[in-house]
Amino acid sequence: MTLNLSDLDRPNSYIGRTVPRPNAARLVEGRGQYVDDIVLPRMVHVAFYRSPYAHARIGAIETEAAAKVPGVLRIFTGADVAAICTPWVAVLAHLKGLKSAPQHAIAVERATWVGEPVVAVVAQTRAAAEDGVAALSVRFEPLPVVADMETALAPETPLIHPELGDNLVFHRLHEKGEVDAAFASAAHVVEATFHTGRHTGVCMEPRSILASYSRPENQLTVHHSTQAPHMMQTIFAKHLDLPEGNVRVICGDVGGSYGIKVHVYPDEMAVAAIAKAMARPVKFVADRLESFASDIHARDHRIKGRMGVDGEGRIVALEIDDLTGIGPYSVYPRTSAIEGNQVVNLCGGPYDFQTYRAQTTVVLQNKTPTCQYRAVGHPIATAVTEGLVDLAAEAAGLDPAEIRRRNLVADDAYPYTSAANMRFEGLSHHASLEKLLKLMDYDALRAEQATLRKQGIHRGIGLASFIELTNPSPFMYGIGGARISAQDGCTVRMDPDGSVVALSGVTEQGQGTDTILAQVVAEGVGVPIDRVRVITGDTQVTPYGGGTWASRGAGIGGEAALQAGLALRESILTIAAAMLQAEAGSLDVVAGEIVDKATGQARMPLAELGRIVYFRGDTLPKGLPRELVATRHFITSDYPFAFTNGAQASLVEVDVETGFVRLLKHWCVEDCGRIINPQLVDEQIRGGIVQGIGGALYEHCLYSEDGQLMTANMADYLVPMAAEMPDMVIGHVETPTRESLLGAKGAGEAGTAGAPAAIMNAINDALKPFSTRVAAMPFTPERILAALGTVPARRL
Amino acid sequence: MKPAPLAYARASDLGHALALWREAGPDARLIAGGQSLVAGLNLRLADVPALIDISRIESLCGLGCEGGTLRIGALTTHAEIGRSEPVARHAPLLTEAAPLIAHPAIRTRGTLGGSLAYADPAAEWPACMLALDAVIVVQSETGERRIPAADFFLGLFETALQPFEILVAVEIPVIAAGRRQAIRELARRSGDYAMAGLAAAGTPSDGGLRDVTLAYFGLGSTAILAAGAMRILDQGGDLEDACAALDDDLDPADDLQASATMKRHLAKVLLRRVVAALSPVMSTA
Amino acid sequence: MTTAFSESVGIALRVNGEPVSARVEARRHLIDFLRLDLGLTGAHAGCEHGVCGACTVQVDGLIVRGCLMLAVQADGCDVWTIEGQSDTGAIRDLQDAFIARNALQCGFCTPGMLAACADLLAHDPAPSRAVIREHISGNYCRCTGYEAIVDAVEQVAARRGASPRAAE
Repeated sequence: MTLNLSDLDRPNSYIGRTVPRPNAARLVEGRGQYVDDIVLPRMVHVAFYRSPYAHARIGAIETEAAAKVPGVLRIFTGADVAAICTPWVAVLAHLKGLKSAPQHAIAVERATWVGEPVVAVVAQTRAAAEDGVAALSVRFEPLPVVADMETALAPETPLIHPELGDNLVFHRLHEKGEVDAAFASAAHVVEATFHTGRHTGVCMEPRSILASYSRPENQLTVHHSTQAPHMMQTIFAKHLDLPEGNVRVICGDVGGSYGIKVHVYPDEMAVAAIAKAMARPVKFVADRLESFASDIHARDHRIKGRMGVDGEGRIVALEIDDLTGIGPYSVYPRTSAIEGNQVVNLCGGPYDFQTYRAQTTVVLQNKTPTCQYRAVGHPIATAVTEGLVDLAAEAAGLDPAEIRRRNLVADDAYPYTSAANMRFEGLSHHASLEKLLKLMDYDALRAEQATLRKQGIHRGIGLASFIELTNPSPFMYGIGGARISAQDGCTVRMDPDGSVVALSGVTEQGQGTDTILAQVVAEGVGVPIDRVRVITGDTQVTPYGGGTWASRGAGIGGEAALQAGLALRESILTIAAAMLQAEAGSLDVVAGEIVDKATGQARMPLAELGRIVYFRGDTLPKGLPRELVATRHFITSDYPFAFTNGAQASLVEVDVETGFVRLLKHWCVEDCGRIINPQLVDEQIRGGIVQGIGGALYEHCLYSEDGQLMTANMADYLVPMAAEMPDMVIGHVETPTRESLLGAKGAGEAGTAGAPAAIMNAINDALKPFSTRVAAMPFTPERILAALGTVPARRL
Repeated sequence: MKPAPLAYARASDLGHALALWREAGPDARLIAGGQSLVAGLNLRLADVPALIDISRIESLCGLGCEGGTLRIGALTTHAEIGRSEPVARHAPLLTEAAPLIAHPAIRTRGTLGGSLAYADPAAEWPACMLALDAVIVVQSETGERRIPAADFFLGLFETALQPFEILVAVEIPVIAAGRRQAIRELARRSGDYAMAGLAAAGTPSDGGLRDVTLAYFGLGSTAILAAGAMRILDQGGDLEDACAALDDDLDPADDLQASATMKRHLAKVLLRRVVAALSPVMSTA
Repeated sequence: MTTAFSESVGIALRVNGEPVSARVEARRHLIDFLRLDLGLTGAHAGCEHGVCGACTVQVDGLIVRGCLMLAVQADGCDVWTIEGQSDTGAIRDLQDAFIARNALQCGFCTPGMLAACADLLAHDPAPSRAVIREHISGNYCRCTGYEAIVDAVEQVAARRGASPRAAE
């Protein structure tokens, strides 16, 4: 079956329309149900004693006083939990040489970062559990700390895990073409060293888990604020020695995730283990200080980059040397090598050149583990690439827009394989850039900039083209041995009243998955959207799937839903044809009615069909298939990833006396293929841009030399707030993927992927009269004043 | 993140509060709006055995102007100060400063007295009190003490308040005719504690300013009067000389947002901007 | 200490228009009292150190941080949460505008954000975009990027019949 999705006037159409989110009505009345809102009989609470040292041997743990604290029920050490929960090693087979050490739910013998769980206290209330933690006494023997990633591999640096032989987690070198020769022939070679600041997700809902174990059924039920319930089901089963079928993970409302909640966290594993040991519901909600110290961090990179261009400003070679510190363990089960690997895969991605050398070096540190966070690796690769492109433009005497025009892969060049060997099915860099320049009135802004500069007002305009990896196939994780599903499924069922229930393996955490699934199913089946109820986030109920990450919800979950909806429509029409003594092909389902396809004349409401099938099946021909339920699964297969693209622009004003950057406006033109719900896409882009702005200007997990996190609360760790954020203009180009009928690619990470690069280039554009530039994020007032020579640079 | 167990009693009047405090001992803490204290309790930053709630003591409420003095009760909230007509007329610096303090939902509970007694060096009110030559009125069992603001802030979170002394009000001389007041601060985000801030007052005269007060915040362990720079401006000296004098007036320490050098630099930028704001010719630019 | 001091205190207040009597631990902050003792889980404990604004509720007509006010201090007060405000329809137009403009994503900050927005409109019927941004600057939203929220508040102000003040 095909759908003419480009015609919005088609009957019962929802795909491509803005419709309000059904769950929003509940959330604005405060009737969400997040894990912390759930109360179960006999429920107890856990608080963790966390390591105050970045690296220390754990000595005697005195629990006597804590055990006497009113309300405290039990105390679990690392050894206690290790008897219930097996450790894990986060490696993937396809990332050659990747190594890590076994990690326990609660540290055994050694603590390796400030915030690692050392003891768990179970009590009747969270407050009592914290009283218990305060009464604990743990003896530590401090060990040498590896804090600086630059020296992590130096011979004199102590080893975090001596059994690994060194502090190297992963190294990859990619080389294509004659790189040295190309640089030698280049008319201009530019180079720079970039830093991206270690930052973290700061989900408004902290990580939350409520695990409950029923001994008679040997059943673990986990209410979990997670992005990947099926993955967690597998992991709980494996490490707690339970049959997978005896683990149910329920994921209700999730208060933001952004990749933070797709990982296995030791404290959460400990909670599940404690639930199994105590056979009662156990709740743990990370408090905000715990969140900063134990949620994954990301983006702690130093990248040296070099770009060669010819006399016309065409890129002839690119070289990237990426170094990243990931904390003491690779994070399970996705591993902490992916981000560096992405930098290698994505640098130079929008541009037409084939001579590329890139390496990433991934090292251990005694800091909070890092792993995948929204737009994994993209903001880094885009900032480095776009920063070098702007430098090359300057060297070649070209306008930043013009150098991009000369180098972006042509819109008719697809399929195209990049210098990093990424395969692109169909992108629209030129169309996106031109639309962006028009939206922002680029030439007028340049003229205004020149005028204001004469008045001592320093505005900057920054451009950034980008690619975004979405809809990953098993080539991302499955191929490496991780039980992370790249396929997803949807079951669509018609009930007697003609309403439809859709059960999907992708999950909702605010981005609107439920809504786009409802839209797709409503159109696929042929019912009004208010007759569709979407159920996600319950492993016992929904088809097996990967969940929501890597911008896969719409492209993969949406296609499964569309195919399931269309299959149900076929079943409905077969039954309707028998009831109406017509050819199935002459009928259609529109807005909850069986109609004549040719005339649109109503023949029978779906509720009547439902009544007959469910209650008077005796009146239907014997042997007539009467399944009013269909399940379809979808996986991408032609390409490993559905790449998207776009271009962003930022207009800033730099106060050169104070170093403050004021964001005046931001633009993004993005191509995520088929747009299912324009408003949801725009708001994903806007939210993503602001998270990107956070990395560019504000967010930084700062550590002292001995591994103490100095920005471990909301007052010291700055995230973007309303007063400083700009209005954002969003535009689109639509290049649907041909891999699916729906044609949707992902949109959730594009904003974050491109924003830091656009901001950086805008700041440097503003600083041009001073012949200086910044390349270390976040671009704080102090760093800008240091670049201007007003104050000395400070190492933080 | 829950407070440790603690005892609580609500005081009905000042005498009751002092009696309760004496009974609970010096480690007990007074709570009014609680906007800093409760955060600290949640974080278990201090061992607080008992709280004495003074938030409903009538005599600490209200503000009024009498005999050239604006008296503001300790329980007056930031929000109340921000929208007070008498404050706007008699101490416009406070009207300008109030919106800079944290956020609306904090300004409704946080009190002037609480902020002054807490003496956060990055807070706006202590600097405003210095700039306005305010007198801090405190009460103990033995009577009242009136402490000039310049003698009140002793160090980091340290004031002239003794145990069993309660800050009851501040008294501020009403603004004289022709006198101007201004506050500027540099904060990374609206409502954040300032990296550097300056509350100031002065009277334009002969193209310059006289009777200048310059009270810096976020630039040391307390709010600080920049005596050297004030002297130079009072004497009709050059603005850049006053900026240079700040090097001796201020001794900031590095923090996460800015190095000491950066803070010194920002202090000078703020001085130029505040002097421009106080000077009628410049302020219309 | 005498009986004047106690670790648990009896309080009587009105919550969402209904009288409530309870004995609370003195250390219990208001948001935990509302959530854990009264089951009013609409507003959330997001940071518990007064920064994020997810716990914003209304006490005696003023918005406060639920994590920075002790429950004992709410004795005798008139407290409104998103549940009560929804039941009375007091902020229905604002809620509808949030839905229509998708001014929420995960919804975790939304009850607190709505409280802040409603407070603004109660005192300033025609706020500029800059004023709206400033007024919600104490409420973290990690999903939306804020623009949709600003739009929604602006729309409600316009629909309530005020003419927008000139941009600042």
